[in-house]
Amino acid sequence: MHTMSVAELSKALQEKQISSVELTQLYLDRITQQEELNAFITVNAEDAIAQAQAADTRRSKGDTTLFTGIPIAHKDIFCTKGMLTTCGSKMLANFVSPYDATVIERFNDSGAVTLGKTNMDEFAMGSSNETSYFNPVLNPWDRKAVPGGSSGGSAAAVAARLAPVATGTDTGGSIRQPAAFCGITGIKPSYGRVSRYGMIAFASSLDQGGPMTRSAEDAAMMLNVMCGFDPKDSTSLNEAVPDFTATLADPIDGMRIGLPKEYFGAGLNADVARVVDAVIEELKGLGAKLVEVELPNSTLAVPCYYVLAPAEASSNLSRFDGVRYGYRAQDYGDLADMYMKTRAEGFGTEVKRRIMTGTYALSAGYYDAYYLKAQKLRRLIADDFTRAFESCDAILGPTTPTTAFDLGSKTDDPVAMYLNDIYTIPANLAGLPGMSIPAGLGDDGRPVGVQLVGRYFDEARLLNIGHRFQQVTDWHNQIPLDQA
Amino acid sequence: MSLSRQDVEKIAELARLKLTDDEIADYTQTLSRILSLVEQMNAADTNDVEPMAHPQDTRLRFRDDAATAPDRRDALQAIAPKTEAGLYLVPKVVE
Repeated sequence: MHTMSVAELSKALQEKQISSVELTQLYLDRITQQEELNAFITVNAEDAIAQAQAADTRRSKGDTTLFTGIPIAHKDIFCTKGMLTTCGSKMLANFVSPYDATVIERFNDSGAVTLGKTNMDEFAMGSSNETSYFNPVLNPWDRKAVPGGSSGGSAAAVAARLAPVATGTDTGGSIRQPAAFCGITGIKPSYGRVSRYGMIAFASSLDQGGPMTRSAEDAAMMLNVMCGFDPKDSTSLNEAVPDFTATLADPIDGMRIGLPKEYFGAGLNADVARVVDAVIEELKGLGAKLVEVELPNSTLAVPCYYVLAPAEASSNLSRFDGVRYGYRAQDYGDLADMYMKTRAEGFGTEVKRRIMTGTYALSAGYYDAYYLKAQKLRRLIADDFTRAFESCDAILGPTTPTTAFDLGSKTDDPVAMYLNDIYTIPANLAGLPGMSIPAGLGDDGRPVGVQLVGRYFDEARLLNIGHRFQQVTDWHNQIPLDQA
Repeated sequence: MSLSRQDVEKIAELARLKLTDDEIADYTQTLSRILSLVEQMNAADTNDVEPMAHPQDTRLRFRDDAATAPDRRDALQAIAPKTEAGLYLVPKVVE
């Protein structure tokens, strides 16, 4: 049962082969059995059963959606009313949200059952889940390896089948990189597609929520729930939302897939390159045409990102001052001392590092050299994509340069950690949709992901390519041996 | 670009972070390395390029100046570290 797709689970519920209460209990039991993975910060055991009962009642009355009674895990960055919402930080370790994020509200309205809140890098700042105040998540494929980050808990939960689907967020690769490391499918929609209301802000011009799932089909079903205009988010776009499942099975015959040569250069591990080559062959077999494209400025995306994201973070995280919610230091003198001690004690090492990087980039005398320069570079990076999409319909490349690295191997070297997101960051800077799909295993037996980037609002095409690929391969059905 | 200990102390002050001596030493090193990474940006010629603040270059939407959110003072203050009589308490600012 735990290996079924959303469509299969929904059908099983509809045909009364299983109740939502039984299904929810099955997943809660799996979460308990795999506690060692540390994928969850909060398990919503009692309330999940109550939600499942309500879903069963709703289904018996015929008032159902595809997700009614389907269990789901939410990244602990989404505010959930009456439930702990920590964002992986000591700063919010006691924060019980007084409201629901729009994404949560949409899943609740659809009748989905919240299994719990998944572990993550603190304030989504990290690529390994090791910056979490609640300890690292282990990769279910190899417990010596990181699951990736920042949505590492959601990725591990779906990979180990502790939840059928999960939500994640992606600022520089935080959905796609952990999806690649854990052998699952993850899509970051176009900026403005999914409401950011109630999604704790890291870098507001880059953050975007999205699905983390077994397959492209499941991701399409989740996007149908998640996308849409929200007046509560001033950057939400009033853009028509298609039925993302409608075009999944369309032929991709004649579709032009661009291969950016910058994504295949030095730094890409040979075993990852081999997997990408195999995907290219599969897509050719499906009739796609491969064309070479150029993204010359994307090689500077990491430096650009490490100005813009920390700058926005330093501003966003100024709200954590120990006054209205969250942590406050025990002992302090005057108001400034209270702020300084609260923030020093409440934030972890990496979060402080990013706040300071951003503070410096925005400080008097340095703004033009760093922040303004990065904003200009951002446009060059986005313009490269516009030009590339004149000759192709989607761009394909590796999601990450390597498979999942060992726990602890990069924690002392922030720059090495940052370079992990070299292939994922450009899509965030441009605001384009990007998806990672599982496509093979590396020499170390750890999963490899392949990334597709599309035009603005062209998520349906990425899902279409992903689905067709998953019709002729079975990487998305592979799960770690001890989860079988 | 290499930062000095004094630079890091100044940045921490601006960011309202009270750092230990060990932290200052560590951040002096790692922030300098991050700035070296960041300065690779100089390889790109950005003269006459319009800065990009938003992926779709759209303007922020304004809403009507009307009260829409319900009064939830009690619920919102229930999670505050210190309140009294509907007010948030902080150390005395004005003597």
